[in-house]
Amino acid sequence: MSTQDLTIPITAPPRPWRDRIGTWAPILVLAPSLAASFVYVFLFTAWTLYLSVSNSSLLPSYDFAGLQNYVSLWSNRRWNIAYTNLFLFSGFYIVGSMAVGLLLAILIDQRVRGEAVWRTIFLYPLAVSFIVTGTVWNWLYNPVDGIQALVRSLGWSDFSFALTADRNYAIYAVIITGVWQSSGFAMALFLAGLRSVDPDLVKAAQIDGASAFRTYRKVVLPTIAPIFLAVAVIQIQFAIKTFDLVAALTRGGPGVSTTFPAIYVYDLMFQRGQIGEGAAAAVMMLAALAVVLVPYSFWVVWRRRRESGHG
Amino acid sequence: MTSRTFSALTIRNVHKSFGAVGVLKGIDLEAQPGEFIALVGPSGCGKSTLLAMIAGLESISSGEIWIGDRLVNSVPPKDRDIAMVFQSYALYPTMTVRENITFGMESRGVPKAEQADAVKRVAALLQIEPLLNRKPGQLSGGQRQRVAMGRALVRDPKLFLFDEPLSNLDAKLRVDMRTEIKKLHNRVGKTTVYVTHDQVEAMTLASRIAVMHQGSVQQFDAAQTIYSRPANMFVAGFMGSPAMNFIPAELSDGEGRAAVTIRTVNGGSAALPLAQALPTRAPKNVVLGVRPEHIYRFSDDLRQRKPGLAAVQAPVDLVEPTGAETLAVLRFGDLEVTGRFDPDTAPRVGETMTLGIDMARACLFDPATQSLL
Amino acid sequence: MAEQAAALLFDAEAAAASRRHFWTRFAIYGVLTFFAAIYLVPLLVVVFNSFREQEEIARNGLISLPQTFRLDAWRDAWSSYCIAGTCEGMKRNFFNSLWMTIPATIISTLLGAINGYVLSKWRFKGSEVLFTCMLLGVFMPGQIALMPWAFVLGKLGLTNSTYGLILVHVIQGISFTTLFCRNYYLGIPDDLIKAARIDGAGFWRIFRKIILPLSPPILIVTVIWQFTGIWNEYLFGVVFTSGQQQPITAALVALTASGTTARAYDVMSASVLIGALPPLLIYLLGGKYFVRGLTQGAIK
Repeated sequence: MSTQDLTIPITAPPRPWRDRIGTWAPILVLAPSLAASFVYVFLFTAWTLYLSVSNSSLLPSYDFAGLQNYVSLWSNRRWNIAYTNLFLFSGFYIVGSMAVGLLLAILIDQRVRGEAVWRTIFLYPLAVSFIVTGTVWNWLYNPVDGIQALVRSLGWSDFSFALTADRNYAIYAVIITGVWQSSGFAMALFLAGLRSVDPDLVKAAQIDGASAFRTYRKVVLPTIAPIFLAVAVIQIQFAIKTFDLVAALTRGGPGVSTTFPAIYVYDLMFQRGQIGEGAAAAVMMLAALAVVLVPYSFWVVWRRRRESGHG
Repeated sequence: MTSRTFSALTIRNVHKSFGAVGVLKGIDLEAQPGEFIALVGPSGCGKSTLLAMIAGLESISSGEIWIGDRLVNSVPPKDRDIAMVFQSYALYPTMTVRENITFGMESRGVPKAEQADAVKRVAALLQIEPLLNRKPGQLSGGQRQRVAMGRALVRDPKLFLFDEPLSNLDAKLRVDMRTEIKKLHNRVGKTTVYVTHDQVEAMTLASRIAVMHQGSVQQFDAAQTIYSRPANMFVAGFMGSPAMNFIPAELSDGEGRAAVTIRTVNGGSAALPLAQALPTRAPKNVVLGVRPEHIYRFSDDLRQRKPGLAAVQAPVDLVEPTGAETLAVLRFGDLEVTGRFDPDTAPRVGETMTLGIDMARACLFDPATQSLL
Repeated sequence: MAEQAAALLFDAEAAAASRRHFWTRFAIYGVLTFFAAIYLVPLLVVVFNSFREQEEIARNGLISLPQTFRLDAWRDAWSSYCIAGTCEGMKRNFFNSLWMTIPATIISTLLGAINGYVLSKWRFKGSEVLFTCMLLGVFMPGQIALMPWAFVLGKLGLTNSTYGLILVHVIQGISFTTLFCRNYYLGIPDDLIKAARIDGAGFWRIFRKIILPLSPPILIVTVIWQFTGIWNEYLFGVVFTSGQQQPITAALVALTASGTTARAYDVMSASVLIGALPPLLIYLLGGKYFVRGLTQGAIK
């Protein structure tokens, strides 16, 4: 009922022009942003979609080439590694940062002293770019200068910690760094969620004799379930777009072991002059995103419908 | 053209629909200058939508709304010469009380000096002078209510609109503010349309009440008429607390006088003679409507004073003393009937008492159409 | 006797409870401290190294307490270190980033506020659908827009220019800022707007006098989000600009990539800090409001 109805009533006599401008002001104000967003979201997507089925190479071309780019993309070993990495990374990254974030949020929620200080420490990486994080962790992982060197200099002379130098483990270096960067963000959202739980609910659980662990598992966490999903969706988005972190941390190496779709798109388009295939790779990224976001948005709409149905 | 006198507000056959859903289905109302009209009904009956349409905040699907001699269907709210008090008060939280009150005048370019005078006048009238430099967040509920009224009063509009202004206050404050609104209206004498779901508020404040239900006006009449001669069972049930008792009955013509037969306890029945002549073309089965206060403990003495009194026996299931009066749940057949008694003559639980029902004040309804016979 | 025994028993239980309490608190602070160390060590390493001498770093390793203190690395990083043949340090890239980030943040925030105002308080038929379409921009991976942007910027003559990046960031940011502001404004009661309309205020006056004064919490969130996001962005920076026009993120990658054998950790640490300081400062100043605002309005 709160929706304003801007349609002009049928019996409207002539109105002063100022009023008419007043009626249209909201739409006029919105128009430029809308137009820009539409170009950005729909036109640009369609454009890239078209490039992906064209025979563009060094320069964009608009000759239709069918699915040739997709075929060549999927027959490329590097792309397959990239796509596998994406799923491997996304899984560990999301679970890892949510687990660490939730743990920290629950600990901070125990009425600890200096809460603001803890929060600031855990959250500051959020303000720093993936480039900075990646650069610094690149140093720390460096076997000659970093953590391995430190531990060895302390006397443990055969200590080995050289994730980024080993093509089988380099992906885990990316995961650890990603978790380090964004678990604070998960913590902040979880903490806000924990704080929004009705304190009477916790009191009731305590009176029922539930232990702290049980209270969290059975009472508190289920009530903040929507936050889990929101955090997961935000993190998935970051994961799929991961470009900066890898660019600064491993540059896709050693070899091609930490290549990601985002890196590969960039390489195809701007290093190797295969715009068509790069566009196809970008479309595959969009597809991966859609696989996650489409069901999520349906779920959100469904939940909203159900709530308004009850209200 | 003949000249005609205009009502302060005229609403003619107004419809409103949101999409396929009809919210208002042909509303006709008018208010005389200076009159206090209450729109009352359960939530979702369309009363607030109607008020928003009078204010110009909602568009009209069809029909006409006149304020004075002006058709305002497409006039924007600011040009309708109205003032409105909202349920949430809608005080601008970032402005002081003074700025809240002058915001409208400032929007219209009223000179500063004039604004100051107006604020002074209204602040004195509502006794809010000490609050003028505070922010709404620093005020109590009652104070916010006063400021909201001040913001409306300062405009000196043709029409005052109130949208459930007291429903956010606690019970005691609500009664105080109700009295104050009544005093204020007597003093200012502006035409007022007042939306409420509280029938007591409507009864105490309004000269005429429009009872609304499911998007149409069920009855539009003087407050006392609405109470004593409700047009249908909805109005009868909605107005008055505890609600009117509805007792299924059968019309009979025994002893030369028209009577209704109702069921009593243990499968028995009782014939209650009607005080008025039988309505023509009345159906055989009717619904007898009796307000709780028209049920008494029967005595011959009372019979002398109230000739319409009809006696009937009923057991007492439950007694609820409230101090000033005592409510009792009485059993008529399978039916529970509420009676309202003086504490001195109040029934006791378990007692089977002889009741006197004041048939002169009872109403008869047609169960098929639900309307008054 | 019985009373004494009860008291003893009670004491024993109370003591056990307080012991348990102590160990619980100990564990909580222990775990928190462990994680805090992991979060802080990288920062400390960079800060220390930016003040250490390169020789000392080479001798004692990257991770160690500083034994020397000098500001040379900061000076070099700022104005004289060589990146890909140009020896002007980071300062040009720093200002590129600044002059890109500030206007893009302000413009996208203002547009977001106005859009959010329209989409929450002046809804019209179809406005929800339009909003949903705008929202898709939040989820678009930048890669899908790379080629179209390159073409559009070329046509506008904005290739390799800060203005081009401003345009890209504003349009990409509108989705976010509109989403944040709209969700926040939905919480402002519609009655306020109705009251103001009856009071004779129009579209702009309501925005200026009622909506904007209520907006600081969400504007802080939006500004922090946009500022840190745009400052830290790398993909568009490296694709659409080159050399002296590059923002600081792209320069940082170029800088660390150019180190061939012996890395100049001192200068690189200072450069990294120069690149990280503005968003860190913004975050330290407004972080408290950021989290609060984010959970109030933005994430719903």
